[in-house]
Amino acid sequence: MASLQQRIRWSKPVLFLACLLPLFLLVLRAVNDDLGANPVEALTHDTGDWALRFLLASLAVTPLRMLTGRSWLIRYRRMLGLFAFFYALVHFTIYLWIDQGFLWSEIIADILKRPYITLGFAAFLILVPLAMTSTKGMLRRLGKRWIMLHRLVYASALLGILHFVWLVKADYREPGLYLLIFLLLMLFRIPPLKRRLQHA
Amino acid sequence: MLVKIRKASDVRPSEITSQSAYMKRRQFLKAGVSAFAGLGLARAGISEAAIQQGPGRLEKIPGIRETDYRPQEAITEYEHITTYNNFYEFGTGKSDPHRNAGTLRTRPWTVVVDGECEAPGEIGIEEILSGFTQEERIYRFRCVEAWSMVIPWVGVPLADLLKRFKPTSDARYVAFETLHDTEQMPGQKLPVLEWPYREGLRIDEAMHPLTLMATGLYGEVLPNQNGAPLRLVVPWKYGFKSIKSIVRISFTKRQPDATWNMQNPREYGFYSNVNPDVDHPRWSQKSHRVIGAGLFAGKEETQLFNGYGEEVAGLYAGMDLRKEF
Repeated sequence: MASLQQRIRWSKPVLFLACLLPLFLLVLRAVNDDLGANPVEALTHDTGDWALRFLLASLAVTPLRMLTGRSWLIRYRRMLGLFAFFYALVHFTIYLWIDQGFLWSEIIADILKRPYITLGFAAFLILVPLAMTSTKGMLRRLGKRWIMLHRLVYASALLGILHFVWLVKADYREPGLYLLIFLLLMLFRIPPLKRRLQHA
Repeated sequence: MLVKIRKASDVRPSEITSQSAYMKRRQFLKAGVSAFAGLGLARAGISEAAIQQGPGRLEKIPGIRETDYRPQEAITEYEHITTYNNFYEFGTGKSDPHRNAGTLRTRPWTVVVDGECEAPGEIGIEEILSGFTQEERIYRFRCVEAWSMVIPWVGVPLADLLKRFKPTSDARYVAFETLHDTEQMPGQKLPVLEWPYREGLRIDEAMHPLTLMATGLYGEVLPNQNGAPLRLVVPWKYGFKSIKSIVRISFTKRQPDATWNMQNPREYGFYSNVNPDVDHPRWSQKSHRVIGAGLFAGKEETQLFNGYGEEVAGLYAGMDLRKEF
């Protein structure tokens, strides 16, 4: 029977491919001209959704560990976080390239003038140093400061969700659901609750 | 009534060949008719095919009159016009109306006309279809969300319809209301907007020759998701002014309620004329994406009054369009 170590080793590539599946399906739809009447909007929304989903998935790892006692779940967290960054990068690239056509004056005006774009841009910027310091070497080198730095992911997730809320015209159910899940996951970061769960 | 001054820049209808007409002619030629016999037949064929043809899933509207209302831009595909809609009565996603609007029953359908008029009453959809000449009007359509289409509507000038009810001099505005029925319009179970959907025009806007009461699309009756059986089309205003599935028209003394204006008056004005110089507070209105142009087409510059300024700018003479947006 395979040891836990071995199982984690082969499950990682499987998870990696699973995380790429949304992008693969999206590219497939694009190639088959199956993105609907407004393909630019479809690409932008889909990649934005997946960036938020992966951010929330990475934030769900710690609560899941607390609730189930399966501490090995932490081994998947970095990959989930990096995929959140990856989808956010694709989302931002689609905005810069396909949506705005690299018209920098328009883009800068957009980022400065449109609050929802300002928030989304800030959420993305925060993820950049987190992705850059995600290696084992950086973790060792930064020590305690690494944990402090990576707590910024909470801010990124919140800004990303508010970016979605602010864009909606009337129906807040979907961004509201993301916000609710985010707040639930943040409950586990409240010290008294955290202590209780860890000792249970 | 058709008042149209041709602009030098306008393309003549005869210069435009729609894709469907083109394909028809190809088929026609393939049929191998002799050149001589073909000449006479082709002429008849062209005028018939000049009306845009839908895919034939819905009832055809007979006797549609061709008009000069044809912009230069390419006409948006039927599939795109009927699968990408904002019609919150059937859900807030763009493809929801296409999926969910099957619950709407469009026959029989009666519109109540009341308020400041001498001859209030009702009119049925059949009477509108048979009692008025149906015209094809190909209009640019600009959504407040910064996308656009070019849509071959079929309909009746709103003025012709309204005059039948003899509005009085007190009729300064016209109010419109959509059907309110949560069984037929399940989206109304959610309080995303204040139901029923309401819109309004100033009387001179309503009587303007460009303003259309649409009954059809691509030569056929309107699909449910596009506002069947009767919707307003005001091509120089943002799309949400073009209220769908109308059951009531009222002549009023005072400016009537308008749904999006009630929802957020800072973002959606009563007039809501297409204007690249007045941004939506959350996004720019300077340019828009043309539906159907493809992934890498980029955006087009938005024109004041959606390019219909020559016809409608006079309605707003002396008004500050930044304040009364």
